[in-house]
This record gives sequence, C-alpha cells and structure tokens, in this order.
Amino acid sequence: MQRIGVFVCWCGSNIAGTVDVQAVSEALKNEPGVVFSTNYQYMCSQAGQDIIKNAIKEHKLTGMVVCSCSPRMHEATFRKTAAAAGLNSYMVEIANIREQCSWVHKDMQIGTEKAIILGKAAIAKVNLNAPLVPGESPVTKRALVIGGGIAGIQTALDIAEAGFPVDIVETKPTIGGKMAQLDKTFPTLDCAACILTPKMVDVAQNENIRIFSYSEVTEVKGFVGNFDVKIKKKARYVKEDVCTGCGLCTEKCPQKKVPNEFNLGMDNRRAIYIPFAQAVPKVATIDPNACNMLKNGKCGVCAKVCAAGAIDYKQQDEIIEEKYGAIVAATGFNPISMDKFDEYAYNQSKDVITSLEFERLTNAAGPSAGKLIRPSDGKHPHTIVFVQCVGSRCAACAEKGKEYCSKICCMYTAKHAMLTRDKYPDTEVYVFYIDVRTPGKNFDEFYRRAVEEYGVHYIKGMVGKVAPEGDKLMVQASDLLANKQLHIAADLVVLAAAIEPDKSARPLATMLTASMDTNDFFTEAHPKLRPVESPTAGIFLSGACQGPKDIPETVSQASAAAAKVIGLLCKDKLTGNPCVAHSNELMCNGCSSCERVCPYGAITYIDKEFRMPDRTTRVRRVASVNPAVCQGCGACTVACPSGAMDLNGFASKQIMAEVDAICK
Amino acid sequence: MQKVTGELLINKALELLDNGTVNRVLGWKRGEFAYDMTPAVFADAEELKNNFVFNDFCGANFSKYLIAETRKEGKVLVFLKPCDSYSFNQLLTEHRFDREKVYAVGIPCEGMVDISKVKKAAGDGILDIVCENDGLVVKTLYDTDKVIDCKEVLAERCVSCKSRKCVAYDELLGENGDVLDSSRFDEVEKLEKMTEDERYAFWQNELSRCIRCNACRDVCPACTCEKCVFDNPDSGVENKAVSDSFEEKMFHIIRAFHVAGRCTDCGECSRVCPQHIPLHLLNRKFIKDINEFYGDYQAGAEVGSRAPLVNYTVDDLEPSEAVQKGDADNA
Repeated sequence: MQRIGVFVCWCGSNIAGTVDVQAVSEALKNEPGVVFSTNYQYMCSQAGQDIIKNAIKEHKLTGMVVCSCSPRMHEATFRKTAAAAGLNSYMVEIANIREQCSWVHKDMQIGTEKAIILGKAAIAKVNLNAPLVPGESPVTKRALVIGGGIAGIQTALDIAEAGFPVDIVETKPTIGGKMAQLDKTFPTLDCAACILTPKMVDVAQNENIRIFSYSEVTEVKGFVGNFDVKIKKKARYVKEDVCTGCGLCTEKCPQKKVPNEFNLGMDNRRAIYIPFAQAVPKVATIDPNACNMLKNGKCGVCAKVCAAGAIDYKQQDEIIEEKYGAIVAATGFNPISMDKFDEYAYNQSKDVITSLEFERLTNAAGPSAGKLIRPSDGKHPHTIVFVQCVGSRCAACAEKGKEYCSKICCMYTAKHAMLTRDKYPDTEVYVFYIDVRTPGKNFDEFYRRAVEEYGVHYIKGMVGKVAPEGDKLMVQASDLLANKQLHIAADLVVLAAAIEPDKSARPLATMLTASMDTNDFFTEAHPKLRPVESPTAGIFLSGACQGPKDIPETVSQASAAAAKVIGLLCKDKLTGNPCVAHSNELMCNGCSSCERVCPYGAITYIDKEFRMPDRTTRVRRVASVNPAVCQGCGACTVACPSGAMDLNGFASKQIMAEVDAICK
Repeated sequence: MQKVTGELLINKALELLDNGTVNRVLGWKRGEFAYDMTPAVFADAEELKNNFVFNDFCGANFSKYLIAETRKEGKVLVFLKPCDSYSFNQLLTEHRFDREKVYAVGIPCEGMVDISKVKKAAGDGILDIVCENDGLVVKTLYDTDKVIDCKEVLAERCVSCKSRKCVAYDELLGENGDVLDSSRFDEVEKLEKMTEDERYAFWQNELSRCIRCNACRDVCPACTCEKCVFDNPDSGVENKAVSDSFEEKMFHIIRAFHVAGRCTDCGECSRVCPQHIPLHLLNRKFIKDINEFYGDYQAGAEVGSRAPLVNYTVDDLEPSEAVQKGDADNA
C-alpha cells in the first residue's frame, strides 16, 4: 500500500475563489492510501515546497498528489521538489483543479465537488504508480533551419556564431525570402536589400553554415537531440560548385516568356535564371517546365555559352541524409490569393495590385526599375487608392479571408502612401482602413507623419466595389466618420492582402509532429513564456510561421529561437523520458500493429523462445521497444489488440483506475 | 450447387499426400447432423476417402486453424474458399502462421446455405439432407421429401457475397471468380437511417439474446490473440464487458473495435451464433466507415497491406471531420 500525501493549492484566489480548498483537502484525507492532506496558498512557492518536503520525510510518503494548476505549468517543479526530499519524481501526480476546474466554474459547490473528484482520480492513479528512472541520450551538435528568409538567416547566423554547424534548407533557388522582394522598410525607411543582402553574404561565407537551396525536407525521424532528416536537393541542372554566376546563360537563353515569380509575374525571365542580382547562392537554375532542352531535347544554348561548363541536363534530384540535434521551422508567409475577392476586380484589371506587387513596382531592381507606373499602360498614376484589411479581420467571411489581423499591413501601407507622396507629390493618395494599428517602437509617429506631413487621405471605412471603367478604376467606398458614400476615379488600386502561413508548413508540421493552430500557424509551447519553442521537444519556431510578424519582431524571435537551440546543443546528454512503452511478451502476438502506428520507428520484432505448459518450447515473434527512441505517445498501446503494449507511468490500468474513480 | 465436387478435392488431397507435398489435410467431415459439417484433420488416405465431404454446408473457414496446424511437423493442405483466402492473407499480414508450412488449394464457392433457412422451409424433424444439383432434398419425420432450391436458402453473407476471387493459393481448382460489386452495406445503411433510439432498441433486442458462449470470438479469424482480453482479468476490460443493463452489449462492441480494420467480413461470427445475432453488421459498419473515411480498403486482399486504421497518410481525414460526420448521421 502506498503512503500518499495530498497537497491542495489555493493559487491565491485562482483556485480558492471557486473551490473550497479546505473541504477538498479534508475530503481527500479519507481516500485509500492517503496518510496526509493539507492545503496552502501557493504550493509552488518556496514555503509551499518546504511543506511538501517536510511531509515526505515526516510521513514517509511513497507517493504524492498536488491539486493545483495544469501539469504543463508545474509538474516539473513538483517532481524536483519530490526528488529533493528523496521521493522518486514519477511518484508525483498532478490533479488539475485550476484550468480544468476553478477557471471554468463559477459555483463554489460545483467547483469543490469537481476538485474532489479530480483529486480522487489522481490518488487512484498514484496508488498504481511505480518509481521510474529516466535514461540518457546523446545530442547531435548540428541544427537544421527550414526556410531561408530573414528569420531563417538570423537564426542560422546566431547558431553558427556560437560555434555550431547549421544547415539551411530553402525551397527557392536563393535564400532571402520575402524581405528580398521589399523596397524600403518601416519605420526607418532603410532599403531592404541594403540591410538584407550583407546578411545573406554572411551566411554564404560562414564556415558553420551550409545552404541547401532549391531543396526541401522530405522526411524527419527521431527525437530531440537525435533527428534523422532526409533533404531532397532538387535538380537545378546546373553544377552548383562550378557555376560562377556570371549570368551569360540567362541572357542567351532563347526561352524568354517565363513569368518571373520574383517580380510576381509582372515581367518575364528566361528558362535558365538567377532570381535576382544578389542571390545566394549566386547560381543559375533551369526551370524544367520551361526549358526546351529538358522538354524536347532541342536547344542547348546555355551549355554552349557557359565557359565554366556548369550546365548538366542529366542532373538528378539528390537525397541528403543528415543528423540534427535541433530543428527550427522558419517557413514564413505568403499573401493570400485574391481570387475570392471579386469586388476589388483584381482579376479583371491589371491596375488592381497587391501590396507586395506594389513593393516590386517601386523597387529599383523591379520590373519598372523603380518607376511607379500603371501596369496596364505604363502611365504615371495620379490617384491611388490603398485598401487595407483585404482578407484580414474577416470574421464574417471566413471562407474568403482570415479572422486574424495580419499585423504588418497598416505599417507598410503608411510607408507606401508616404513614399508615393514623397516621390510624386502630384499624386493623390487615399487609404481606406478599419482601424490603424501602430503598436511598435516609432510606429505611430511614422503613421502620423504620413497623415500630417505628407497629406495622405486616411478614410475610416471599407471599399465596397472597384469597377474598371475606361482607363479608370471607379472606387465606391463609405466614409464612416462623415457617414457619406465616396466615389473615387482611381488610376491604381493597391490591396493590402492578408498574409497566411506558407503552404509547406502543414506537411512539415506533420513530419515534425509539431502542432498547428486552425490557421496553420505553428503553435508555441506556451504563448507567453515559451514563445519560440514548439510543444514538440527539439523543434523551434522562427518568424512568421508562428504568427504574422514584421521584420524587427521576426529578427528578435529568430535570435530567441537561436538562443534556445544553442542552449540545447550545448548539452552533451539529454535526460530521457522514462514514460516509454513496453511489451508484455507473454501476451504479444507479434502482429505488427504497434510497429505500423509507431511514428518514431521505436518498435522492432524478435523471435523468442517460450517454454510451454507441456514442457515443449515454442518460438514466437514478439515486439521489442527501443526506450531511447520511444517518445511515450501511447499510439501502440491502443493499437495492440491483446493489450500487450503498455506505457510506463500511463498504464492502461492506471488510466482505468482514474476513470473508475471519476465515475464512482 | 458447388462447382467442385468432394471427389475432386479428395483426389487432389490424395495426390498431395501421396507425393509427400503435405502430411495432413484440413477438411470437412460429417458431424452429428446432415447439415453439420465439422472441420477435421485427415492424416491418412483411408480416413480421407471415407469421411471427407464438400457440399453446400461446408461454410467453415479454415484459415484460423493454420495457426495451430503450422506449429506441427510437416506441411498441411488447406482448402480455401474465396472468403477464407482473405482471412488467410490477413493472418499472414499479422505474422500469425508460417506460410512455408501450408499448401493452399483455392476452390470456387457458389455460396453456402443457412440451415435455419432450410429448417424454416422444410419444417421440423429433419432426418437427412442430400445436396443434388442446385437443390437440397430434405427428408423429415413428418413429410415426404422436400426439394428446396439452394438459392432460396443461401446464407445472408453469401447473398451479398463480396468476392468470388481466391486471393491466396498455391494451386487453384476450377476457375477463379471476380471481386463482386456486392450489396453488403444495404443492411448497414438501413441501420444508419434509424434514429438513435431505434438503433439502440434494435441492438438491445439482438444482443440481449447473447449467452456469452464466445463462439463468435472463437471462430473469428481476426481473434487470434495469445491471450484474449476477455480471458485476462488484468486487462481491465473483462469486467466491463458485462457492466451494463443489457449486459452483452459491451462485449460485442469491444470485440468489434478489436477486429476493426482487420475483419475480412467472412461472416463466420454470424454463422456460428447459436442465437442468430447478426454480428456481421457491427463489423460491416466499421468496414463501411473505413471505406468512406479513408477510401476503399479490403482487409486481406493482399498480404502486408497497411490497414487505414494503423497507417497514416498526409491526406487522411482530420478526426474532427469524422466527428462531424457522426453528428450529421445522428441528426
């Protein structure tokens, strides 16, 4: 029989406000195995922990239950407390009477009843607990950063700076991401390329960093400290180590009509291309969907003009296998598609563009060499209408847009409006907004300047319709403050499209077993206290893949993620989780159900000899779990038809005992 | 009604015994009653010639017997009807017996008859039944011989036969058939259309007859655990199986969950149930749901296939969608 101590926490008034903690500790006193029960204002405080330590010693406790907050919050704390007093950490159970009880109830009587039941369940479980001892596993001192935008670049640079090797995997032919496409950056208006490209060069020159561009992660196995990753390096038909990036091939290639994705299709590139002048690696890539040589074997011009002999039409995709200790997701964002927003005539008129397209139009390296023109006729636009929140904060039309605020649009729209007025004072600029949100350092001052110094017309209200009429765009909108309808004949309409996570994020999350929210943003381990870690150990989050972010915020988060990675890679050994699966060989059928559901490849089979009741021996196939690889997810225990698989610390019997205690 | 005769099977068995391919034969022999064809192991030619039968009552699926038989010395001959061959593959997928120790002969099947239907048609006091061409000649205590058309008394599982194709064999007797476009989910659909209360009443009525004889479990080719959870006081399940006002509900629901995704729909559970509970409907509901949620899947169609319930693909439906569908069905 266990000797169990029960410790009920008030959590100030968090629990005690809705749960009669005195009644709970009294009621639990009489449960089987309980020899001591008390309550205290803050169990997690030093004084509270001392109560626990003293009780363990005084009452010779063999197990304990803390009725407090979620185990996600303080299970680790109380396990340490128990260990300090000589009690095995895994003899501690937490009954969550805060998040799942006091916070969701208003009635003291109901809350108290429920808290008692939750306490009883935890006691029933502790009665069946057994001491567990964790194992250790080594740490591979190399990090993988998935995504080579500013987030991935900053994270990789910081990790490399600390002396650990880092690999960046980027799906595009070059690193740089969205920031490389931008013109100027708010609120200081420094040019994006001027601050980004030196960092890209740093990455290329850093001995600790390898760049796998035009590549993608195809498989992730293993666990924190020991990930086995397969990276597919797509054939770019150019030998990366031979190409000098001279660009001659991209001038001579006869296939000139390929939409240039770097300029969002506003001009064309060749079938062999370098996305932009400062690309890293500065290596040409052949687009297999456009190249005549690859499609029908007729051409070969690039190979003829390449002095270095870098062209290789027979190049194949290559699979790289590497081990990593930590993985950082930095997959970034994209503007959403405007297909569902017919009211803005995006698909009808060339002169309705998205803000990212506007960035390219004003960028000196863009399709118009930085001259602000109408895409349809190349004329200078005299009236420009900016529409904010296109698909953002779109609760009523969730099938079209996103419920969340995209966060960056207010600021970049202010920037676009200001720069337009600065460069072309003859242009009238209107901005339609729901609210203007400027909660960053020097952000509001920036926006005020746009309104007060540059005379941008900020109008609270949404645009209802954009209709092309002749060479004008008739914009119909409401001015909510003046309570009037407005009709503006615009030359150019710029839509601040909502941003969404990159499409590659969801399959990646599946590979990483990292959780996502309903919008496909990666979820943090704790929204406030662990914002750069995924709940999956060893997976870290950098940049807009975790939520909409501007550049300053992205960079700080990227460095924070790097700090967490460095902290992990500094360790030589990681303490494992002793709550792993094991198979009862006497009951195991060897049917392979468990092996098929195991996401970690922790289960293998051995032929084992068994002595039968009639003194014969029989060889049977039975499952065997590798405890270093097992993560204790428990999938195998439910897949096992005979119940031979069980999980240490979460045995089916323990769970049943909890359910029984609740249902009694 | 069967296209292959018992004689043909006996000759094949004799040939394989004689040339040493196998040393035992799994087959059917006549039991206490004319309609009671019992699985048997024949080790010598005489016994085989005298007792081996194959007729419209030979429903028994032998694949499960192979687990015990392959642990013995030498190779065993097994006759597999199309249904049985699916179970055979499923057991191989689960590594339950040694394929090397079996010689499998696939045989066509025209459907087996259901004795309770025969009894209904012929009345009580059956003395003997002779299978002739497409009919059964039934001798009873009370009447002159009655001739019944086999098609009229086919077992339910054979009326909605899913496949006449043997999917596993070393040798085939007769011609192999095709996978059929069966109507096997019609009954399930009827149940799905009921209200929750009606469905509960339906199952309460059916399952309350259960006497917990365990015949369904013992005959089931998917129930081959070294130790069944219902026989294991440690499992925490065995006492739950009877903790309800109609006690056997939990037993059958737990069993249906245990074979979900592995059941080949051979229908043996319903055949052997002495209380005539349509147990196969529970399994078919699972099969239908799996087909609808994850695409068509037939357990046992091939060896080593990864059943949807123990497999993960990126385009699997989200659990929430399954819940929504369940809610919609019950609305």
